Amino acid sequence: MSVMELDPRTALSFPKAAKMLLKETELRGNVRRATETIQAKRRKLVAEKDDWQELRESARQIRAHVLAHLGAYLEEFERNLTRAGGTVHWARNAEEAQAIVVSLAKEAGAQEVIKIKSMTTEEIHLNGALEEAGIHAYETDLAELILQLGHDTPSHIVVPALHKNRAQIREIFKREMNLPELGSAPEDLAEAARRFLREKFLRVHTAVSGANFLIAETGGICIVESEGNGRMCLTLPDTLIAVVGIEKVLPRFGDLEVMLQLLARSATGERMNPYNSIWTGVRPGDGPRKMHVVLLDNARTEVLADKEGRQTLQCIRCAACLNACPVYRQTGGHAYGSVYAGPIGAILTPQLMEMKHGQSLPYASSLCGACYEVCPVKINIPEVLIHLRNEVVKRHGPLAPEAIALRMVATLFRSERRFRAAQRLGRMAQTLLARRELKIVGQNVGQADWGDSQWIHWLPGMLGGWTRSRDLEAIPSESFREWWDRRSK
Amino acid sequence: MSAVISAREEILACISSAGTKGAEDAAADYARIERSYRQAARLSHAATLDLLEERLHEYGARVFRVAESEIASLCARLLRERGARRIVVPAGLPEKWLAGAGSAAESTLEIVPDADFDAAALDSFDSVMTASTVAIAETGTIVLASAPDEGRRAITLVPDYHLCVVREGDVVETVVEGMRRLDAVKEMPLTLISGPSATADIEMTRIKGVHGPRFLDVAVVRA
Amino acid sequence: MRVALFITCYNDTLFPQTGKAVVKVLERLGHEVEFPAGQTCCGQMHWNTGYQAEALPLVGRFVSQFEHAEAVVIPSSSCVAMMRDHYPIMAERIVREGGDASLPARVAALLPRVWEFSEFLTKKLCLTDVGASYPHKVAYHASCHGLRSLGLGDGPEALLRGVKGLELVAIERKEQCCGFGGTFAIKNADVSTAMLEEKVQTVLATGAEECTGCDNSCLMHIGGALHKLHAGTRTRHIAEILAAEEKGAL
Repeated sequence: MSVMELDPRTALSFPKAAKMLLKETELRGNVRRATETIQAKRRKLVAEKDDWQELRESARQIRAHVLAHLGAYLEEFERNLTRAGGTVHWARNAEEAQAIVVSLAKEAGAQEVIKIKSMTTEEIHLNGALEEAGIHAYETDLAELILQLGHDTPSHIVVPALHKNRAQIREIFKREMNLPELGSAPEDLAEAARRFLREKFLRVHTAVSGANFLIAETGGICIVESEGNGRMCLTLPDTLIAVVGIEKVLPRFGDLEVMLQLLARSATGERMNPYNSIWTGVRPGDGPRKMHVVLLDNARTEVLADKEGRQTLQCIRCAACLNACPVYRQTGGHAYGSVYAGPIGAILTPQLMEMKHGQSLPYASSLCGACYEVCPVKINIPEVLIHLRNEVVKRHGPLAPEAIALRMVATLFRSERRFRAAQRLGRMAQTLLARRELKIVGQNVGQADWGDSQWIHWLPGMLGGWTRSRDLEAIPSESFREWWDRRSK
Repeated sequence: MSAVISAREEILACISSAGTKGAEDAAADYARIERSYRQAARLSHAATLDLLEERLHEYGARVFRVAESEIASLCARLLRERGARRIVVPAGLPEKWLAGAGSAAESTLEIVPDADFDAAALDSFDSVMTASTVAIAETGTIVLASAPDEGRRAITLVPDYHLCVVREGDVVETVVEGMRRLDAVKEMPLTLISGPSATADIEMTRIKGVHGPRFLDVAVVRA
Repeated sequence: MRVALFITCYNDTLFPQTGKAVVKVLERLGHEVEFPAGQTCCGQMHWNTGYQAEALPLVGRFVSQFEHAEAVVIPSSSCVAMMRDHYPIMAERIVREGGDASLPARVAALLPRVWEFSEFLTKKLCLTDVGASYPHKVAYHASCHGLRSLGLGDGPEALLRGVKGLELVAIERKEQCCGFGGTFAIKNADVSTAMLEEKVQTVLATGAEECTGCDNSCLMHIGGALHKLHAGTRTRHIAEILAAEEKGAL
């Protein structure tokens, strides 16, 4: 199928996009296998930490504390990074951030940049803006490279190409790297990427990254990765430009003792990911001579101002919620129409769009709570989903058909008399739909009322979504409360 | 640049009107953050060393436990086995550690102290040898903190084989202990290495060695 | 003990046999059951779908109907989760909006006495054998709210293991949602169906005659698909199994 645009302003609604993706059997198989693998690894390594819940609670408190004092910590970070020879830039929105990066890259004389995987730069569609300015961006994370060469978009926050299997990746590399003899073992594919990118690492002098954490106390930056492409980008070039959401700051270096333990286990199911780089500003003779950090708002301050939505910003982008989500498992990430997929995407995207777009996303969840259970910083995603549903309902207004219907139902629940009447009415109304069972199934169960049950096989309108895949047992002839009345007489 | 400055003011103003608190409460509030996770070690030092070895093995790294006096002969042997030909070393690496490596008559090993080589020049080295600042047993992590015997970050990145010396006294059990030791050097460029470069981007299969060194050997040295 | 039964709106209307079974089990164990007549709905559907204003009045209604009770038993894990997870914040909000200022304290006083049915048996009464007999092969579906919000853990399965003649079989990936999720099943019918298909396959793979659980909403969902497939396996609320005695089912 064609690549889905990951722009919430133009994306299909979740149910529509999901409907298309549900037909992609190969993609769904890839997603299922990959998420099951990560989940199994995560589960095993979380189980070996007997202080996991205490770590989560501390992480939650640290992140909530940062958000409660965000201005102070950003200013502290700015002060310390500046002292250490770096430069801080502030961007209110995607356009400003794009313009800052383009101008810094031009200042560095760059016609090409190498990039570390960064969802923040995906969020602001930076590559397109660079391309327009005549600057080509090379993605250096293996998964991002697969997507870039395959003209595809990320479907996962940590493993962006998890919807692709090795055969598909091989086809992309064969074609785009001109390697007709390429083998299909994962090792062959990784080796091809190593060779393809090494030349870029050695040649390109400007790099663009995101960051996992900023450290206010020192002005330091922490980047967490596996492949070494991050180290290449943040060590070899002359200029490094990091685009970072304002919420990513931590108060102190010491807070990493909590975050690093949680992040690797949650994200990739490792005790620790292969490489963590932490550095402060510019160090003569070691790493870039110019270090820029672009602090991006892009509606984050709006999220911050919403008391119930604020906890969304605690997120450390581990994607454990995606892997645990039974909805994501079915559709993969593209259905969410945003670079942020899965449960966290379902709450983050509409808020970053100031609730003007992505309004179907808060409903893209069965509220099963698996996301909250695995979240290393304890974001109560189901609570935020419910809160955002309320925001959507308010925006649709009282005259929306669903609002009218649900208000009518609500009036029934406010009066026992009306509720009883509705039960009787429902029984009457269903006579056209309900059918008595002709055969008794499961005779061995020996249920006395079994043969009396009636089933509905078709419902009209919106409710038809139910009966397409499920029958509905009809309303029995006597409600519980009628039985109770009879019994009490 | 006035537009950029105004973005700063506007973002900070939005933050402050979003019901956040000022700098004056930050320290006191920070002190109240609960930290009931495990902070102290549980294992003896001997068990900690065993755990580090076990974890490094899981990453496919080789581990050798030696006395200080044996480093030179071990390194010579390992470099020979790995087929090393050009090795870059940080300027502050103890010379005696490599005393046996370049001297043997049949040896073609060239030992070159780092001299601000650019990336392309570094690419001509197949090996690198360094010391380390801290090692964390629980996660099999080795930390380089840009000390004179560890060198700058690029030298442990471009060559394909990293031979790393860990002193027993620098080995701790937990991440918490490790990060607390690093507090003294927190503004130095730090690299936490947990096994060789790897990726799981293809079908979640861990593949060793994408861009960083593919081979890691660790010499754990008795004090 | 005098136990007040909150049957829930959908059990009342669609699954009266579950309520009858709850009454039978509790009375068999020597407790007295009452049914406050003014009860209707906990407000879950409205609250979770985004219609918070419509759900708010149901908090006061529930509290005034049940606050006198020694214990409140509810045969629906998601309704209990609704109350525990949301009633405190809903009560606060009612006060903020100028409503009954006594409500937060009354909610806080009542909630510790509100129990999901299986939880009441295992945690309040500390029972795993309620004298039931049910010689069938049964699979247990762990509804999400019971599993995660209420932390029912192994409780329901312990009760099933205590049933004479019952063979309990495990559903693979039992912690995975069946795809019901209230209005989710309507608004995202295609995804819900895909989730349900997986769940139904794992249920059928157990070879169980029946699939049970603590929440008729999930069971209605799973059971509806089983019925559509003419699978022969049906769903039944755990109360109905625990009510069954040697001579036959309820």
